[in-house]
Amino acid sequence: MSDQTTTGSRGLLQAEALIFEIEGAKHTGVDLPTPKGGKDRLGGLKRKSAPALPGLSEPETVRHYTRLSQRNYAIDLGLFPLGSCTMKHNPRLNERAARFEGFADLHPLQPESMTQGALELMDDLAHWLLELTGLPAVALSPKAGAHGEFCGMLAIKAALEARGEGATRTRVLVPESAHGTNPATAVQCGFTVDEVPGNAQGRVDLAALEAKLGPDVAAVMLTNPNTLGLFEGDVKKIADLVHGAGGYFYCDGANFNAIVGRVRPGDLGVDAMHINLHKTFSTPHGGGGPGAGPTVLSEALAAYAPPPLIVKKGDGRAMEEHRRPGAVGRLCAFHGQMGMFTRAMTYMLSHGSDGLRQVAEDAVLNANYIRARLKPHFSAPFGDGPCMHEALLDDTSIKAHGVETIDIAKALIDEGFHPMTTYFPLVVHGAMLIEPTETESKREIDRFCDAMIALAERARSGDAAFFKAAPKFAPSRRLDETRAARQPKLRWRADAEAAVKKAAE
Amino acid sequence: MRYLPLTEDDRARMLATIGVKSVDDLYVDVPQAARLKGLVDLPKAQGELAVERRMRALAEKNTPAGRTAFFLGAGAYRHHVPASVDHLIQRGEFLTSYTPYQPEIAQGTLQALYEFQTQVAELLGCEIANASMYDGSTACAEAALMAARATKRKRVIVSGGVHPHYIEATRTLCEAQGVEIVALAPAVDGEAEVMKHLDDTVAGVLVQSPNVFGTVTDLTPISDAAHAKGALLVATFTEAVSFGMVEPPGAMGADIVAGEGQSIGNSLNFGGPYVGLFATREKLVRSMPGRVAGETVDADGKRGFVLTLSTREQHIRREKATSNICTNAGLCTLAFTIHMTLLGQRGLSQLAELNHETACALADALAGVKGVELLTPRFFNEFAVRLPKGAQGVVDKLAGQNIVAGVAYSRLREGMDDVLIVAATETNTEDDIAKFAAALKGAL
Repeated sequence: MSDQTTTGSRGLLQAEALIFEIEGAKHTGVDLPTPKGGKDRLGGLKRKSAPALPGLSEPETVRHYTRLSQRNYAIDLGLFPLGSCTMKHNPRLNERAARFEGFADLHPLQPESMTQGALELMDDLAHWLLELTGLPAVALSPKAGAHGEFCGMLAIKAALEARGEGATRTRVLVPESAHGTNPATAVQCGFTVDEVPGNAQGRVDLAALEAKLGPDVAAVMLTNPNTLGLFEGDVKKIADLVHGAGGYFYCDGANFNAIVGRVRPGDLGVDAMHINLHKTFSTPHGGGGPGAGPTVLSEALAAYAPPPLIVKKGDGRAMEEHRRPGAVGRLCAFHGQMGMFTRAMTYMLSHGSDGLRQVAEDAVLNANYIRARLKPHFSAPFGDGPCMHEALLDDTSIKAHGVETIDIAKALIDEGFHPMTTYFPLVVHGAMLIEPTETESKREIDRFCDAMIALAERARSGDAAFFKAAPKFAPSRRLDETRAARQPKLRWRADAEAAVKKAAE
Repeated sequence: MRYLPLTEDDRARMLATIGVKSVDDLYVDVPQAARLKGLVDLPKAQGELAVERRMRALAEKNTPAGRTAFFLGAGAYRHHVPASVDHLIQRGEFLTSYTPYQPEIAQGTLQALYEFQTQVAELLGCEIANASMYDGSTACAEAALMAARATKRKRVIVSGGVHPHYIEATRTLCEAQGVEIVALAPAVDGEAEVMKHLDDTVAGVLVQSPNVFGTVTDLTPISDAAHAKGALLVATFTEAVSFGMVEPPGAMGADIVAGEGQSIGNSLNFGGPYVGLFATREKLVRSMPGRVAGETVDADGKRGFVLTLSTREQHIRREKATSNICTNAGLCTLAFTIHMTLLGQRGLSQLAELNHETACALADALAGVKGVELLTPRFFNEFAVRLPKGAQGVVDKLAGQNIVAGVAYSRLREGMDDVLIVAATETNTEDDIAKFAAALKGAL
């Protein structure tokens, strides 16, 4: 190819091998004192063969990972409209606060006399979460959203066991539009899953739900706003129905950003809800984690919160680290994602009650604006009333021209945007779920809408080949995911690479 | 509000495009009674200066480990992390990116994960590793559960040397799914006890080395015994630096090795976020929980990386998934990978030796204090001592002298009130050790 460079680099985009392939990577980027030697109390368990771990000097290391970083799309670079993921701006003050020596260099088992500030922060965070959700108790330790679901569903299980109904109430009702974590969590807690269909308005079919309720139902798990970006207006009725049937109401809080400061889940009859601090409260997603999933609990479930719990002690606070009788057991070592607590707390203090309400309103406004602009150009299922914080489109109107959701997504990459969530929720064929969040300007949103409209027009012009070839300008072209799964290659191996090289010669 | 770009004028124009009068019209689906009229009862927005002042005030109510003579481990270790690690993980391209579901614009994260998986497998002496779990304790719990899944058996025997928080997290996860946890009594040097409970109903035995008392154990006889009964050996750990010097569990026949990676690249953070390392045999890969990155090619035949084997995961398999997990420890894995690249084999082995030497010096100093008995027979950088009085009281007393003397075992699990667990790392000086020994003498 004529546009190939000799180095494989392309201007600012530098070619970069795996660290294992960098010749002579036997360096080290740390200068440690030389051990005196001679000490060995390992009882004959000294490592026999040294691990094959390449080492680089600091400048080489910085360059290697900087080069890698430039192959990533990020919120700092542009709009990241992944539906259901709430990719909002990550304020840098939060990063600064999390790195204060008093938080970052603090061991979880230091004596309580040395950690009063940390306990106060956790107590403050709990207070904010309880005020915002209108519920009386919170377990802070869950490490992510799915871990929070696990916590909430185990609290429900513990409450059922305390009522003597642990063995009989085993069925959990989950709408078919739910996040995959919901059914997976229910099963992980030992429940069976019964799917509830949706209605023509994209909400839970209330009659179907009611018909499924019975003495063996432990809980309903509902996402609200739901995964179609719509508010379940019957939520209070659903809560009343499940309570009336002796079950509990779990709410997936993944979409809390749409209602924070405006609607309190506690007022809707929710018994348990996890809060993704990495969504609503802007702790950075970091390429897939770490997250944090504190879980708020109603009066009925409060007694079953897992350890640790913060309790008042004299003028200060203490940590109750042993499990209370009947409560859910420890979910993890120590006290949860403190580094995320400091960031979320900083975020909350910055926004305040008024700012958080504005967050929800702007997030909902941006999503509705996108839907209004794109609806004439794509099909919008369930698109009659307003949506909440995300706009749902599908590929019905372009499919006849040979262009599908994945093609739009890959073409968006060439236009400089991260694609929206694709093919989720599963109940909508060719779904495109667009969540702009509140931290996008109208200018950026208009740029995105203009690009989407141009792509829809191009699709209708019959230029399917253009879409199939996308992305052309990304660091990689379309990647062969089938091959990756069929012949899994999950690590670098010296012998395997040598064999490939030899075969090529 | 500094984080919200829309102006009042923008909002008005956008509402007009949508065709509604006010934002309230967008909330029509919310039942009237549930719509808050005013603001929730919390303080209003504040500027950056005011917020920073408040957060700093909270931070200053704590005593950071670095301002003390610090000898506490028990699952989290204070090591020196090079400045470049934190610089690199704060690059926006890493910090503010998402799970790499669009691999064409996430090769940075994916290649780093592939490097991470290779490093972890090498460190732990295993064939393959996943892209990390939440932390060591949840990795350990998932490993026990995986043993049950892979063997189709429902009992796991847990050594009394396993960190009590890890035992509890494992019990919480496994019992929820009907996998029985048989936890043996705490014992400083009792990993081999699990062999006495083996029979052909046992899915796996869970041991820890170095264990919570610091003891390092030869796992080969245990893995032989487990395999003879068709059970798996699951090995956990809390100090990843140890494998710079100690024979890793994978090399001693462990089938699943899962534990904490915090001590490489990550600060103490009062308990999290940390990074769970999870490694196993190639033949068990389809039972493995968590994300994993794999190599493939793009449309031009150029090498690239993707998340793969996702048919095990919740977003595809829903109720049939191996686990409900849908995050890993993203940025903490990156910190691990960068620090490990800076160390290299040479740096890691040097770091491990320094830790061991410091711990040996500490053990000698403490064993020289009248009434103190060293309990741990073989150790890396952590060990247990028996005191002639309650350990919690001693810890509290020494805290008053700005010494963090370790942790009383009874804080982790009721019982063994006189046992103190202490750790030393490359960050401890000879002065720290002398100060600790003298203060301990004074406290007994």
